[in-house]
Amino acid sequence: MNKSKGASIRDNQGNSWLYSDTVKEHFFNPKNILFAGEEEDYHADAMGRVGSPACGDEMVLWLKIDKDSERITECKWQTFGCGSAIASTSMLSVMLSENGGMTLVEALNVKPQDIMERLGGLPNRKIHCSVLGDKALQSAINDWFRKMGQHDRVVTQGTKIIDEALNITDHDIEEAVLEGAQTLEDVQKKLKVGAASPESVPEIEQLIRFYSEKYYGETFI
Amino acid sequence: MVFPQKPEEKKLVYLDHAATTPTDERVVEAMQPYFTEKFANPSGLYAIGRDVNGALNDARRSIAQSLHALPDTIIFTGGGTESDNMAIFGVARKYIDKGKHIITTTIEHHAVLHSCEQLEKEGFDVTYLEPDSQGFISPKKVTAALREDTILVSIMYANNEVGTIEPIDDIGREILKWRKKHATKFPFFHTDACQAPGACELDVEKLHTDLLTLNGSKIYGPKGVGILYKRRNVQLQPIIFGGGQEMRLRSGTENVPGIVGLAKALQLAQENSQDENMRLIDLRNYFWDRLEKEIPKVRLNGADLGLTRLPNNLNISILDIEGEALLLYLDEYGIVCSTGSACTSDSLDPSHVLLAMGMPYEYAHGSLRFTLGKTTTKEDVDYVMTYLPGIVEKLRQISPVNLTQNPKENTHPKYHQR
Repeated sequence: MNKSKGASIRDNQGNSWLYSDTVKEHFFNPKNILFAGEEEDYHADAMGRVGSPACGDEMVLWLKIDKDSERITECKWQTFGCGSAIASTSMLSVMLSENGGMTLVEALNVKPQDIMERLGGLPNRKIHCSVLGDKALQSAINDWFRKMGQHDRVVTQGTKIIDEALNITDHDIEEAVLEGAQTLEDVQKKLKVGAASPESVPEIEQLIRFYSEKYYGETFI
Repeated sequence: MVFPQKPEEKKLVYLDHAATTPTDERVVEAMQPYFTEKFANPSGLYAIGRDVNGALNDARRSIAQSLHALPDTIIFTGGGTESDNMAIFGVARKYIDKGKHIITTTIEHHAVLHSCEQLEKEGFDVTYLEPDSQGFISPKKVTAALREDTILVSIMYANNEVGTIEPIDDIGREILKWRKKHATKFPFFHTDACQAPGACELDVEKLHTDLLTLNGSKIYGPKGVGILYKRRNVQLQPIIFGGGQEMRLRSGTENVPGIVGLAKALQLAQENSQDENMRLIDLRNYFWDRLEKEIPKVRLNGADLGLTRLPNNLNISILDIEGEALLLYLDEYGIVCSTGSACTSDSLDPSHVLLAMGMPYEYAHGSLRFTLGKTTTKEDVDYVMTYLPGIVEKLRQISPVNLTQNPKENTHPKYHQR
């Protein structure tokens, strides 16, 4: 089943590279990097960090924000990750700071799909890379709101426990879908969710459908 | 951000010989007549069919000789994966009434692992032995796992990722002892030896193996052809049915050019293998010396660079950067290798072999495997070392990660946020 709208990881159409030209450009010539060691001198207004080396991706975004207009005047970053992760962060930094910069409200409306679209698509298994960029941005903007004392504007990811026995949240199911799970069986293989509490199964299925639509634009169950 | 300047003329430095090897020209030459001229079906009773059948049997005899085995113990298959499947499903289904326990390891090729997982779904009980931190499976661990209902033990000869060579002869001997002591012919012992030819002993009598997998594509032979050695007293339930070729064990018209090529490739692999191994060991060690000296925070994965490691294998982790990104950059300079990083797998988990050896995820994500071959020269290694340190430096400059720890230890590194 090919659920990808972008480049496919094993392209059988004869294309030799698995990424679009735009991804390649941003991978080989990443824009707006803040080089290691230059962090302190940069004096960013806000910073956001997601991921960890253990999970294979880590991203940090630094923003300079104009206080009055709430526009992002500069966006710098560092990424530990694969080609897609580097290209996604690079593209995100361009999107945020181009044409005079986005306002924070506009930036908060950037979705992983927007980054992917600008990149000309990502292989299916790489979609989570653009999601990480989105989360790093949210984290940086939250940092700004906290610094400004605007705590009511901070958006935290609400997690809801789906399977009490195993303490599995909706976020875990989101991750499973991003890792390629398409059906209840796939998700159970990864999480064992619902095995001890069958009453949670309908909700799990609903979440799989929700996240499949969110990230892939279609459902498989 | 400036990466090392690319050479004017892009060179191809292929360092992924454990994935596959180019076909040796002498092998291609040996195969050539069997495409157009000697095309007949070896089952044909007429002269040209008998002629091709003769070539098939010559190949069988030649391969049998390399393994110190009898010709009728060599079954031609469609490759290493098929041979592994045939050994595992063949024994399991044939002897299901004798026992339903199988022993294997967590570092096997997926051809073995996924076959065993399938058998678990069919009601078999599988024990997965864990290696030590260098990837070794101790014979003691194998004997400790043996049970009266164990019908098969499947342990790879040399690991494709980290190059660790398992003590197959010792394991075989222990199994033999166990069988004698318990007066049984079970369990049978299978080894996937796809990475072994040229580097390791292939005498099945010395190894005490009952089943052994080999294929063409790792030994400068053709792809899509392999063998399963099967000792005479072992019976198999076929997994492919049809015209009854290969002693009714593997139906389908024989891939004659492939088989002729495989026989030739195996013969060549065994010739002068000692000199070639010495050359590869020197070259590989030279490579590692330079890596260790010129790139900070690099660690060697797998066995020490001695006799218990494949001569051509170098598996390393470069801290603070991710393997796939590095691989793609190297590719831009014409340098070809592979990685155990999650981003090249379907599961988003890094290499099952590195994790099984107890390696923290942080290291596994930054792993690179270089496997040298018979055309690899010192100039090739120098070429890699002209560009690799600069690429690593640049990728580290854009990485927010800064791990510090004695890289020889298999514990989680200390993590500093920049």
